[in-house]
Amino acid sequence: MVENRHKELGLSDEKVLEMYKVMLLSRRIDERMWLLNRSGKIPFVVSCQGQEAAQVGAAFALDRENDYILPYYRDVGVVLTFGMTAKELMLSGFAKAEDPNSGGRQMPGHFGQKKNRIVTGSSPVTTQVPHAVGIALAGKMEGKDFVTFTTFGEGSSNQGDFHEGANFAGVHKLPVIFMCENNKYAISVPIEKQLACENVSDRAIGYGMPGVTVDGNDPLAVYRAVKEAADRGRRGEGPTLVETVSYRLTPHSSDDDDMSYRTSDEVAQAKTKDAIITFGAYLKENGILNDDLEKQMNDDIMKTVNEATDYAENAPYAKAESLLEYVYEK
Amino acid sequence: MPVISYIDAVTTAIREEMERDSRVFVLGEDVGKKGGVFKATNGLYEQFGEERVIDTPLAESAIAGVGIGAAMYGMRPIAEMQFADFIMPAVNQIISEAAKIRYRSNNDWDCPIVIRAPYGGGVHGALYHSQSVEAIFANQPGLKIVMPSTPYDVKGLLKAAIRDNDPVLFFEHKRAYRLIKGEVPNDDYVLPIGKADVKRQGEDITVITYGLCVHFALQAAEKLASDGISVHVLDLRTVYPLDKEAIIEAAAKTGKVLLITEDTKEGSIISEVSAIIAENCLFDLDAPIMRLAGPDVPAMPYAPTMEKYFMVNPDKVEKAMRELAEY
Repeated sequence: MVENRHKELGLSDEKVLEMYKVMLLSRRIDERMWLLNRSGKIPFVVSCQGQEAAQVGAAFALDRENDYILPYYRDVGVVLTFGMTAKELMLSGFAKAEDPNSGGRQMPGHFGQKKNRIVTGSSPVTTQVPHAVGIALAGKMEGKDFVTFTTFGEGSSNQGDFHEGANFAGVHKLPVIFMCENNKYAISVPIEKQLACENVSDRAIGYGMPGVTVDGNDPLAVYRAVKEAADRGRRGEGPTLVETVSYRLTPHSSDDDDMSYRTSDEVAQAKTKDAIITFGAYLKENGILNDDLEKQMNDDIMKTVNEATDYAENAPYAKAESLLEYVYEK
Repeated sequence: MPVISYIDAVTTAIREEMERDSRVFVLGEDVGKKGGVFKATNGLYEQFGEERVIDTPLAESAIAGVGIGAAMYGMRPIAEMQFADFIMPAVNQIISEAAKIRYRSNNDWDCPIVIRAPYGGGVHGALYHSQSVEAIFANQPGLKIVMPSTPYDVKGLLKAAIRDNDPVLFFEHKRAYRLIKGEVPNDDYVLPIGKADVKRQGEDITVITYGLCVHFALQAAEKLASDGISVHVLDLRTVYPLDKEAIIEAAAKTGKVLLITEDTKEGSIISEVSAIIAENCLFDLDAPIMRLAGPDVPAMPYAPTMEKYFMVNPDKVEKAMRELAEY
């Protein structure tokens, strides 16, 4: 039996099992999206695979009733934790009218759902970072105690909006958690061509905030880091930069061929550290998960994914002329 | 009725809205203690405190982006760009974000932000303190662009912009700040965004313009009146989306149209006004549509000779009006 690491974080066995279930659901939804794409049923998919542990670990550390999240396009695990459903993600994949993110207006991966405080996002990377700062500023002005949580890739940490937003939050001591999901690649460009510093978290010092790098394949390590960041924020001590290091297990998107810039050996090597496997093993070693339960969990998830797919595939598109709506308030 | 300057109308509108609604706040460079480099936010820091009149780091994309975030949350930010010329680092936030938030979220989210910026030349501001930037934003559905000419319009339209539930760019002519004075009621009033305003009724020729050029047109119209030429002046006030009905009506009224902008000519606001008239008023026109604008050079130079050559002024306007009247 390995050391129980979740107890000291205040996480019950049920809680870590729930985390694993959301990770697994994220993975299965993503895999289904690829199948749908490759069979010509949906035009596009951009993946969460390899980052579920970081996403779910972080999102579980937040207050899901009050905090605001500004996810980036891979954050299936984050939005599922914050209340978006598999069905809703599938509706987005199929670009159907009922898609709560955009009613089929945006590509999949462009999350937004006001009732769950998932703030609408776009494709130009890192524009959500100043928004997270603005929402935190508004919360501070109104005396609220929520934090804002925003994510982005390591390539995006080069964008001006990251630096401008981080600096603003640092100066005004705002409760923002900046989480960089470092998956080693910005499409084809590896991290050593993106950063001259060793870690993305090294950038925090310039903005007067702590920066930590944690293993993105370890949901408990990410949970701990984000929990500490959220606590700091709520205590009025300002923002934190958390970097989670993992690996992008798929090509950048359904339109990318990653074998043109990295090797299958490298990908295979990374897959041995896949948190779906390693965290599953941790739960089994701690007697929380067993083969029967795992099978049951997988069956339930596949049922959910199948139902979501069927529903979304058969759901209607928005009326074509509805594209004229919502340019301005009516 | 009190007579106040254009810039005092800006300050008054902001102050009254901040008094009326605690969600309204100001952010920008030097807007706090200093009260703005032009003093547009003068006295607000003292009245409302540093939490509602926020001196930000010098970073325009953050000024816009932080404002956008606060607006999505439900606040009513008024973000100041110190000069319109310096809005460029924030263009991604304005065009990719503010303009599209309602649309891309299928009406789930909205972005009630006002972004104010002083624009315009004739102040020895050279290339980077003189530009008109409205045309850059004037093909971005989701945005509204307001460019008032008088203190009365400033107060009513800025209040309307702050209360509007969509993003509004509010461009103030910096030379008008202290040059233009006018009657402004003390009471609370708003003017409709998206509506042009007839500033002078006339029968012989129509001038359609906005901003400081409205005053040049009115001055020239006065001179022409003494020669028996009657000039109709339409002030666009909102340059995006345009008040098509008012444009068509004003053009059809006299059949001779002069369009004026201080901006460079090609691809400008008046290019679109011209297209609207061409599409709708062919049989009403008695002369080709005439445009008076800055030359197509990157921006106006510093030397007074070159600046004068670039700028539209009352003499140039008068000359163009007479030419059109005689056509």
